[in-house]
Amino acid sequence: MTMKTVFKKTSGLTDKPTHYCPGCTHGIIHRMVAEVLEEMDILEDTIGVASVGCSVLSYEYFNCDMTQAAHGRAPAVATGVKRVLPNRFVFTYQGDGDLASIGISEVIHAAARGENITVIFVNNAIYGMTGGQMAPTTLIGQKTATTPFGRDASLQGSPIKVCEMIATLDGAAYIERVSSHDVPHIQKAKKAIRKAFKTQKKGLGFSMVEVLSTCPTNWGLDPAESLEWVKDSMVPVYPLGVYKNKEGGEN
Amino acid sequence: MGKVLMKGNEVIAEAAVHVGCKYFFGYPITPQSELVAYMARRLPEVGGIFLQAESEIAAINMVYGAASTGVRVMTSSSSPGFSLKQEGISYLVGAELPAVICNIVRGGPGLGNIQPAQSDYFQVTKGGGHGDYNIPVLAPASLQEIVELTEAAFDIADRYRTPVILMGDGMLGQMMEPVEFKERSEQEKTEKAWATTGTRGDGGPRIITSLELDAEGLEKRNWSLQQKFALIKENEVRYESYQTEDADYIMVAFGTVARITMNAINKARKNGIKVGLIRPISLWPFPEKPFIETRDQVKAYISVEMSAGQMIEDVRLAVNGHAPVDFYGRTGGVVPTQEEIYEKIITIAGGVSV
Repeated sequence: MTMKTVFKKTSGLTDKPTHYCPGCTHGIIHRMVAEVLEEMDILEDTIGVASVGCSVLSYEYFNCDMTQAAHGRAPAVATGVKRVLPNRFVFTYQGDGDLASIGISEVIHAAARGENITVIFVNNAIYGMTGGQMAPTTLIGQKTATTPFGRDASLQGSPIKVCEMIATLDGAAYIERVSSHDVPHIQKAKKAIRKAFKTQKKGLGFSMVEVLSTCPTNWGLDPAESLEWVKDSMVPVYPLGVYKNKEGGEN
Repeated sequence: MGKVLMKGNEVIAEAAVHVGCKYFFGYPITPQSELVAYMARRLPEVGGIFLQAESEIAAINMVYGAASTGVRVMTSSSSPGFSLKQEGISYLVGAELPAVICNIVRGGPGLGNIQPAQSDYFQVTKGGGHGDYNIPVLAPASLQEIVELTEAAFDIADRYRTPVILMGDGMLGQMMEPVEFKERSEQEKTEKAWATTGTRGDGGPRIITSLELDAEGLEKRNWSLQQKFALIKENEVRYESYQTEDADYIMVAFGTVARITMNAINKARKNGIKVGLIRPISLWPFPEKPFIETRDQVKAYISVEMSAGQMIEDVRLAVNGHAPVDFYGRTGGVVPTQEEIYEKIITIAGGVSV
């Protein structure tokens, strides 16, 4: 009797076990990106750019050519790669500290130039790798290692809403914010990621998918509570949806 | 091809194109802006890409991205902008990516001014960014030499998988001289099997990174970098000696200062003073041999610099106590005159012999 294979691990990921904490959704987001690359049959034509932070080692997990960038500079590195190899697919995988703080200039200008790259922006409202410090995306009132009394807008300013900001730029072709806190949202997130890579395939310009994500370790919550916190606390501040769709149409 | 009259900054750009560099990522800064503008016009003619980055930081990281695909790529700047590139340069070294970075040095520190200087000598020759490393640094003294050294810079970068710095001062960037771009008899081609260009048909995936979390792993990697630096020291030293054979005094100068110093030497020679010149062309690796060969015969060395005294430290190391080392320098963008240098020679030599 032959058994029918109904599920197997995507060829877009290597066999290396990830170092992510229990309950962190980086693994899910990696898998979605990897599955999309496999399903679109572009894995062999893709160069990924890893960033600095928890996902710094993503180059060991994605099963395609990978280049590791300095903190925040992934969109500039991706620009260099894509300008030389316009027929390849180029994506960056960046957290919120990397993209929205030290690298905000690089992502804005990559979008403004309409660089034909895809940015996967994982937002968990905190610096994970360095031990739970305030990120530009940290919510008002959220306690972190550097906002021990909670983020106070009068002292530390307010969260940066990256999708809303990038969407104002003419070079941005597809911008969507999705979440990873339950299965329906994960399915939606994967569709958005596919749409972003399709946008790149059509040469329409800059595409970015912001994925709301968890950090149980630094939030001080268990994995289940973390998913709830994304839904109840993050989504109201970071509304989900399509912020820019130059091409129009459904995902 | 015959000689053409060009500006120094444009010569650097054309020499880069001549040697197969089709990608340039830059940012405007005086006194190297002509280089950026030249590339913007020239690269589309050869099917290349010029991109004006949003910052020096972005430019050097675009270079990193382009270099990771295995192409010849360049960026250029001047002192304050060059400082901003240091992070990216350290990453290029760590990830072993070839690239050429040009620094047309101006007066500092801080915003300083836009006049010629050599005060980035420490920065370019002693690493500059974080970590254990050195970078080959080439310092041309004429526009024709810019052609030769720009070409050499790309070859060295590819050969050793390292960034290479081309260092000039504002004077060199702005002056005009006739130059010739000769056909190269043998174009060096380096296989770049490490490049990340997508895995289709190439047995990848490949990874470009400078991260190594394991301490012993990083130490191993650093020793292997050191071995590479030792090889560069062995093979890539360049210098010119001028009238050093019988010299009682040897001047040490690089770049445009060497040319001014040479004129002062000629005048001193006419007045019976036996003085010569060692002109380091590679600032790193610093040429030690011409010092070892002369240091037991000369009465003194005089380092002449457009800085408060930086190269003099390497001169002292090379002389290693065998002879006194003196200094003459102007800083802040002031160019030393031939007369000033001549006076210094006379003072050191104890006057003109009659």
